[in-house]
Amino acid sequence: MRATLIDGSFIIAGLLFILALAGLSKHETSRRGNILGAIGMAIALIFIIAGTVMGTFNVVDTNFGWQSIEIVTAAAPSWAIIAIAIALAGGAAIGILKALKVEMTGMPELIALFHSFVGLAAVLVGWTSYVESAASDHFDALHSGELFVGVFIGAVTFTGSIIAYLKLSAKIKSAPLMLPGRNILNLGALVAFFVLTVLFVLNPAGAAGLGLLSVMTLLALLLGLHLVASIGGGDMPVVVSMLNSYSGWAAAAAGFTLENDLLIITGALVGSSGAYLSYIMCKAMNRSFISVIAGGFGSDGAVVGETKDYGEHRETSAAEVAEMLKNASSVVITPGYGMAVAQAQGTVADLTSRLRDKGVNVRFGIHPVAGRLPGHMNVLLAEAKVPYDIVLEMDEINDDLKDTDVVLVIGANDTVNPAATEDPSSPIAGMPVLEVWNADQVVVFKRSMATGYAGVQNPLFFKENAAMLFGDAKERVGDIIQAL
Amino acid sequence: MNIGIPLETLPGETRVAATPKTVTQLVKLGYNVLVESGAGEAASFPDEEYAEAGAEVTLRQAVWAADIIAKINPPSDDEIEAMQPGTTLISLIAAPRSPELLEKLANKRLRVLAMDSVPRISRAQSLDVISSMANIGGYRAVIEAAHEFGSFFTGQVTAAGKVPPAKVFVSGAGVAGLAAIGTARALGAIVRATDIRAEVAEQVESMGAEFVAVQSTDQQQSTDGYAKEASEDYAAAAAKMYAEQAKDVDIIITTALIPGRPAPRLLTEEMVASMKPGSVIVDMAAAAGGNVAGSEPDTVVTTANGVKIIGYTDLPGRLPTQSSQLFATNIVNLMKLITPEKDGQATVDEDDVVQRGMLVASGGQVTWPPPKVSVSAAGAPTGAPAAQATDQAPPKAEKKPLDPRITYIVLGVCALALLALFAFSPVGLLRHFMVFMLSVVVGFYVIGNVSHSLHTPLMSVTNAISGIIIVGCLVGLSAIDQSQPLATGSNLTIAFLSVVGILLASINVFGGFTVTNRMLKMFRKG
Repeated sequence: MRATLIDGSFIIAGLLFILALAGLSKHETSRRGNILGAIGMAIALIFIIAGTVMGTFNVVDTNFGWQSIEIVTAAAPSWAIIAIAIALAGGAAIGILKALKVEMTGMPELIALFHSFVGLAAVLVGWTSYVESAASDHFDALHSGELFVGVFIGAVTFTGSIIAYLKLSAKIKSAPLMLPGRNILNLGALVAFFVLTVLFVLNPAGAAGLGLLSVMTLLALLLGLHLVASIGGGDMPVVVSMLNSYSGWAAAAAGFTLENDLLIITGALVGSSGAYLSYIMCKAMNRSFISVIAGGFGSDGAVVGETKDYGEHRETSAAEVAEMLKNASSVVITPGYGMAVAQAQGTVADLTSRLRDKGVNVRFGIHPVAGRLPGHMNVLLAEAKVPYDIVLEMDEINDDLKDTDVVLVIGANDTVNPAATEDPSSPIAGMPVLEVWNADQVVVFKRSMATGYAGVQNPLFFKENAAMLFGDAKERVGDIIQAL
Repeated sequence: MNIGIPLETLPGETRVAATPKTVTQLVKLGYNVLVESGAGEAASFPDEEYAEAGAEVTLRQAVWAADIIAKINPPSDDEIEAMQPGTTLISLIAAPRSPELLEKLANKRLRVLAMDSVPRISRAQSLDVISSMANIGGYRAVIEAAHEFGSFFTGQVTAAGKVPPAKVFVSGAGVAGLAAIGTARALGAIVRATDIRAEVAEQVESMGAEFVAVQSTDQQQSTDGYAKEASEDYAAAAAKMYAEQAKDVDIIITTALIPGRPAPRLLTEEMVASMKPGSVIVDMAAAAGGNVAGSEPDTVVTTANGVKIIGYTDLPGRLPTQSSQLFATNIVNLMKLITPEKDGQATVDEDDVVQRGMLVASGGQVTWPPPKVSVSAAGAPTGAPAAQATDQAPPKAEKKPLDPRITYIVLGVCALALLALFAFSPVGLLRHFMVFMLSVVVGFYVIGNVSHSLHTPLMSVTNAISGIIIVGCLVGLSAIDQSQPLATGSNLTIAFLSVVGILLASINVFGGFTVTNRMLKMFRKG
C-alpha cells in the first residue's frame, strides 16, 4: 500500500476528530459528533492496519524520468497479524463490555481508568522505540529527547490515573496523603527528570542508557503516584481533567517520538481539552491550578476559620417539605456529590416529574464542580431521564433563585455556601456559588451537620429561611414522594 | 413562661399577634400561650382553632397577667396599667414619634421589644414587620386602586372591541413599591416606576416594570443610610418627570416616606388636575402628610376632575388573615432568638445588635435610641425604603488594568526567545511543532464552546480518540527486524510491548466511543 494513502487517512481522521469535539458543543449535535469521531478512528485504524499487514511503499521519480518503488516497511509476518487481531478483539471486548456495564455514578472511575491506559500505552510506545533504536544501535539526540519526555508524561499519567481510579472507586481512602515537604518532593522529581534527560540525550546507548531510562520511568511512576495521592477527594474534578490533559500530552509526545502527525494532532486536542476543563474547574472553585496540585483545602490539618456561633439550625420533616412543595410554583434542585453517593438521582427524577405534573416549575442548578467529574451531575440526571433543558448551569439560574419558592439542596455543601460571598475571611471567599439563600425557602438534605470538603462551616444551615432534613437523601426524597 | 395574646382594642384594627399555626411554634419553644377569647375573630381565626393548636383561650384579665405580652399596636394607657412591672411587651411602638409612651413604659418598669425597631441587617430580616407589612400594603394598594378604577388592568382583544392595558406608575421602589409593581404586573397592567436611588433600577426591571429615571445632572450618592434633601436642580427635574407621567398614566401609587419628617410632596394639585377623569391615586404615605396634594388619611377623595385619591392608612389591616400570619411569624422568629434553649425562658441578650436595637425600654430606663452600630444606620422605622439608600458595602478597589505596552513587551520578548530557541532546534522538529501548535489552538477554541452539561461525554470522547496511540503501537510492530528470527531478544520485547499497547489502546477506543454513545442517548429534551 502507498504510504501516502496512510498519511492521507490520518489527515481525514484528524479532521473528523476536530469535528467530533465541535459536535459536542450542543446537545442536538453531540451524538453526530461522537459518530464522526468513531468514523475517523475507523478510517485511521483500517489504513494503518492494512499498511502494517501489506507493507508500505513510496513511488519516487528517478533522475531518468522513470518511477521506481521504494519500500518503506515490509509486510508484517503472519504471527504479527494474528497477534494484532487478538489484541484488538480482546481490547474491543473488554472496552465495550465495560462501557455497557458501567453505572453512571461510576463514570469518574471509568474515565480515570481510561486515562491510565493511554498513559501506559505511551510508556510502551516509548520503550518500544528505545528497544528498536538500541537493537540497531542508532540514536539521534532529538529522538532520544522526545522518547524520554514521552515516557515521563506517560508514566506520570499512568500511576496518577490509577490512584485517581482507586480513590474514586473508594478502594483507597480519598483523604490527601500528607508527606512532609511534598512540594519539595514534586519539584525535586522534576529537576531530577531534567538532569536525567540531559544525561540520556548525551549517553543513550548501552547499559548506561537502559539504566537512565529505567530510573526515569520509576521516578515518573512514583511522581504520578505521589502527585494524585496528595490531593483530596473534593478536588477530583480538577485532577481528572488534569489527567485527561496529561494523557493527551503523552499521546502527543509519542507522536513526536514516532514523527506521526495524527498522534500529535489528537494528543494536542485532548491535551488542550483537559487543560481547558481544569481551568474551568479551578475558576469555579476560585483556586489556582498550582494550589490544587499543591494540596487540598485545610491541608495543614488545622481547623479552617474560627468556630463561630451561627446560632441554631432548624430541622424539618418530609411531610413539611411535601407541604411546602405542594404550595410552591417554582422549585430549584441543586444536587451535589451526596446525591451520587446516595444513588438518589432516580428518586429525585421521580419527584421532579410528579411536581411538573402538578404544574410546578422545577429546574436544576448545577455548580461546575458538583460531583467528582466535570458534568457528572448532568449525566446522572440524564440517566434518570430528567430532560436536559431544565438542567441549568450556575450562571443561568443564579439570578432566578430570588424568585424561587423552594430550593432543595441535595448532597451539596460548599457549592451553596454563602460564606463564599459574604465572609471575606472564609477559605472559600470569592468562589462563585449557587445563591440558594435568596430563595424563599431552602431545604438542605444532609446526613449530619458535618462540614463539606473544604472543611468550612456553612452559614446557610443557620439562615432563617433554611431547614435541614437529615438522613439518606434517597430515603428522604422517597418519603416526600409518599407524602405528596 | 406565659405569653399573652390580647384582643386588639384600637378601633378598626383587624389583626392579631398570633395565629393557630404560630401558637404551635410558640408551644414548641416551651411557652404557655394564653389567647384572649375573640382575639382572632376579625382575622378569621376562631377560638376553637387556637385551643386545638395548644393555646389556652381565656379572659382579658388572665391574658394581661402573662409574663410576656405580644400584640400589634402600642398599648393604651389602660393596657399599660393592666401589666405587672417586669412584664415583657412585644409590639409596634413607633419609638421616634412617641417619647411620652416610652416614658410611661419605662416608669412601669416594663421590658419592651419594639417590632418596628428591628435593625435592617440581613440576619434580622425574618423579624422585620416593617418589611412584611409594607409588602402586604403594596399589594393591597393595587387591589384598592383596581377596586376604584373603572376599567380592566390587562389589555384584551374581545369581540366587543380592543381594551388597552392600564398604565400604572409606582413612585418609590422599596418593599411596598416592589410589591405594588409585582401585583400590578400580575394583573396585566403596564407598570413604570421611579426611585430617588438610581441603583434600584435593576430590581424594578426584574419585577417586569420600566424604570423611569429622573434626568438630572445632580447625581447625589446617599451614603449615611438616608436620602438627603434633594437639590433644587434635582427637584425641578423630578417635578417635570412626575408632570409628564401624570398626564399619561391611569393609576399612581406613591410610597415615599422619609423617617422622622413629613412625607415629601410628589404630586402637586396641577399634576392631579392634569390626570384623566377616572384615574386613581393611592397615597401610601397619607398618614405622614401624604405624597399627593389633596389626599386625606383613611378616606377616598374625588377631585373636581374625577380623579380618586385613596388615603387609606390601614392597608395591611385590610388583609387581616395574611397580615396576622406574617406579623405572628415575625414574633415567633423573635421568640426563637430570645429563647436559645427552647425552654420557655425569654432572655434578652443586650450584646446582640438585633435584640439591643429592638429593646426600647428596660429596667425603668428608656433605652432608645440604641448605641450606633457600624453595620447599619437603621433602628428607626423605615416604612418607605424609597427614602433609603442601600449602599452597604464600600465599592471594591478595582484591579488596575495592565498597561497594554507591558503586554506587548512581554509578548515580544517571548517571541524573540522562542525564535532563538527554534533557530537552534534540530531539523525536523519544527514541522511537527507547527502541527502541534495549531492543534492546541484549535483544541482550545473547540472545547471552549462545549456546554458544561456535556463535559463528561467530552472526557469520554477524548478518552476514545486518545486511544489513537494504538497507531504508535502498530508502527512499533512494523519495525520488527524480519531478517532476524522472532526469538531475538529485541524482536520479542518489541512484539510484546506493542501487543500489550494495542490491547490497552483498543479498550480505550471501543470503550470510549461506546460509553459516550450510551451517555448521549440518555440526554433528552423535555
